[in-house]
Amino acid sequence: MTQVLDLVPIWTVILAAAVFFYVLLDGFDLGVGMLFGLAPDKRSRNTIMNSIAPIWDGNETWLVFGGLGLLAAFPTAFAVIIPAVYFPILVMLLALVFRGVAFEFRFRDAENKTFWDRAFCYGSAIATFAQGVVLGAFVQGFPVRDGQFAGTSFAFLTPFSILTGVALMFGYGLLGAGWLILKTEGDIQAAARRQGRICLIGVVTAIAIVSIWTPIMVPAVAARWFSWPNIALFAPVPVLSGVIALGTWRSLGGKAETAPFFGAIGLFVLSYIGMAISLYPMIVPYQLTLWEAASSPRTQAFLLVGTLFLVPVILTYSSWSYWVFRGKVRAEVGYE
Amino acid sequence: MHFDPVLLSRIQFAWVIAWHILLPAFTVGAASFIAVLEGLALATGREVYVRTSTFWIKIFAIAFGMGVVTGIIMPFQFGTNWSRYASAAGQVLSPLFAYEGLTAFFLEAGFLGVLLFGRKLVPSWAHFFAALMVAIGTLFSTFWILSANSWMQTPAGYEIVNGQFIPTDWIKVIFNPSFPYRLAHTAFAFFTTTGFVVLGVGAYLLRRNRSVQDARIMFSMALWALTVLVPLQMVIGDMHGLNTRKYQPAKLAAIEAKWDTGKGVPLTLFAIPDDKAEHNKFAIEIPYLGSLILTHDLHGEVKGLKDFPADQRPPVAIPFFAFRAMVGCAGLMLALVLLGGLLRWRGQLYDTRLYLLACQCAIPLGFIAVIAGWFVTEVGRQPWTIYGLLHTAASVSPSLTSHDVTLSLFAYVAVYLLIYPTGLIMLLRLVRKGPVETSESAPAIEAGLPGAPVLAPAINVVKGNV
Repeated sequence: MTQVLDLVPIWTVILAAAVFFYVLLDGFDLGVGMLFGLAPDKRSRNTIMNSIAPIWDGNETWLVFGGLGLLAAFPTAFAVIIPAVYFPILVMLLALVFRGVAFEFRFRDAENKTFWDRAFCYGSAIATFAQGVVLGAFVQGFPVRDGQFAGTSFAFLTPFSILTGVALMFGYGLLGAGWLILKTEGDIQAAARRQGRICLIGVVTAIAIVSIWTPIMVPAVAARWFSWPNIALFAPVPVLSGVIALGTWRSLGGKAETAPFFGAIGLFVLSYIGMAISLYPMIVPYQLTLWEAASSPRTQAFLLVGTLFLVPVILTYSSWSYWVFRGKVRAEVGYE
Repeated sequence: MHFDPVLLSRIQFAWVIAWHILLPAFTVGAASFIAVLEGLALATGREVYVRTSTFWIKIFAIAFGMGVVTGIIMPFQFGTNWSRYASAAGQVLSPLFAYEGLTAFFLEAGFLGVLLFGRKLVPSWAHFFAALMVAIGTLFSTFWILSANSWMQTPAGYEIVNGQFIPTDWIKVIFNPSFPYRLAHTAFAFFTTTGFVVLGVGAYLLRRNRSVQDARIMFSMALWALTVLVPLQMVIGDMHGLNTRKYQPAKLAAIEAKWDTGKGVPLTLFAIPDDKAEHNKFAIEIPYLGSLILTHDLHGEVKGLKDFPADQRPPVAIPFFAFRAMVGCAGLMLALVLLGGLLRWRGQLYDTRLYLLACQCAIPLGFIAVIAGWFVTEVGRQPWTIYGLLHTAASVSPSLTSHDVTLSLFAYVAVYLLIYPTGLIMLLRLVRKGPVETSESAPAIEAGLPGAPVLAPAINVVKGNV
């Protein structure tokens, strides 16, 4: 096949979108899982859990698609990144096992209900932390030799990756609070508003520290942001982040039910764009570009055809599922 | 035995996939069974179908949920432990995995919520539609994952450039030589496994005189389905064996513990294979039967392991014994199905207590056969990850130390040993309740009433489905 069209940019966009979809969708239900642990009684815990019970499985599917999309479109990147974060991935997967089975086990295992309650909450928290650590390790970069990861399995663990781990817990917590404000009423919603504000403080602090730390740690990132005219071109990203953070803070204190969730999404979008600005065109930061890690055009073309056809279909029926379970969580829908 | 990262990673992969496969082995068939029950409920409007379906949906939900979370672990294994394999074969295999996600996982997940929680929220046809989509999703999933697995066994449609497999013909990649046989054999294995679970649960409820009407429907439907599935599966298995002889002769030699190539070879019923001495101890053999089964010719030639260099032979004992375990299960299954047919003909199907007990004890048979079959085919593939082309030892992530993999293996073992028994206890608890008590709308005292005769439409639909 002669290469008439460079598919790498298209796959970059698709993969970036898939990972972002995962972060948003599983982000809010992992966040809900963490806030679940703070709920005072059984009734509110049941309501909180039922707000995500019908949809969490679909949300988590984006993780599989993101991982496999990376393997398909950028196999060399997959082969470097995943072994480099061997233990965070292990911890994330096992934490996801605990929180996933907790949905069913919690309602069927009357004697061990508190155990599965904790499994759900801690599983969500640990999976989130592990994902944040993966993100931090990714931004730090990995040593590469002959297209394979050349470091040790514990090199991921640094103060920076721990910071990003904690940061993501606040981030998902904020998304989760936004979701609960949307889906619940009364005291659960009021609690979510308070928790949302605490998470927002954490998120803003973390974004600020990472934004200072990353350019200090990586000169290339500093050059990308602080050279002329980039500094002017990219200035809207931090400015808009500040505006949205302020708006989210106010909406958490007011009566708005959708604004906090979309404010949280806005902060994630901007942080994501900020990271893309820092790292482009690297897929394995500071080692391999998107083009160096890309798979053959045949592979990319074959999967692209199906993806372009199937993703709209998936979005349609997934939306239908969200539509069926729209509105405030009703006590009789879900596990009883 | 030296516990290097390769061996430890293999044990880890075997551990996580062997536990995982138990769940699709049941849920693939269960999803179709539920879709049939939902269809019958929609067509006939009879409460008993709704009740039976609700009962199996609850069982399905636990198994499916566990299948999802243990399944997410699988693709990441390629990256964490097998990064050189991922880098070499990713361009050919990953689109197949990704298509599994796009056509199957999203479909299942998108409609699962409605299937589990939506009965009161959507019209009954939409609930049936959701059940159908989940069932179709599980079948798509089976299709793609077995295509990928088969490609590792019988690679086709590729070229090798700089140590990487590059696809040249996607049709040849997907429909590689062993795929049709492996797909049919595995899909039938999954449906058979579900069939024996449904049969066994029905038998249990009949023995306890609980939810009798529902139990009779389950028991009868499962037995009709198995009557078709089990004999057909044996024919498919035989065809799969012929295919293995053609494309993976070393695997076949290991399965049969044949060291020397020969014509008119005996069938080895039992032996203790010794890889080092290249010889079987305590062999019990039936003359000529080996050639007859493997080549369909009394004097057909069967290749022996000595025809292959020692470093290109699979270990013999595991495929040899696992194959015999699988065939043993098949024999028991066939006996139960034939006996069931006889009892049905005599009109004693539901009250032959010993037969009901046997059916209840047969619940694990399908799972044992699936696991045994998996060991036959995957250990038989060794020492390759991609048959004849990529060594298992050259597939592992270079950065891993034995210490790393020991740690992760322990973590997987510990978590699975907690999760699986808990899941099993919960499934047993649901079964003990039975459909009538599980269903909130049904009167709790229905158990013990004489059940309705088995409906002809139920049988036809099950037949049409297989």
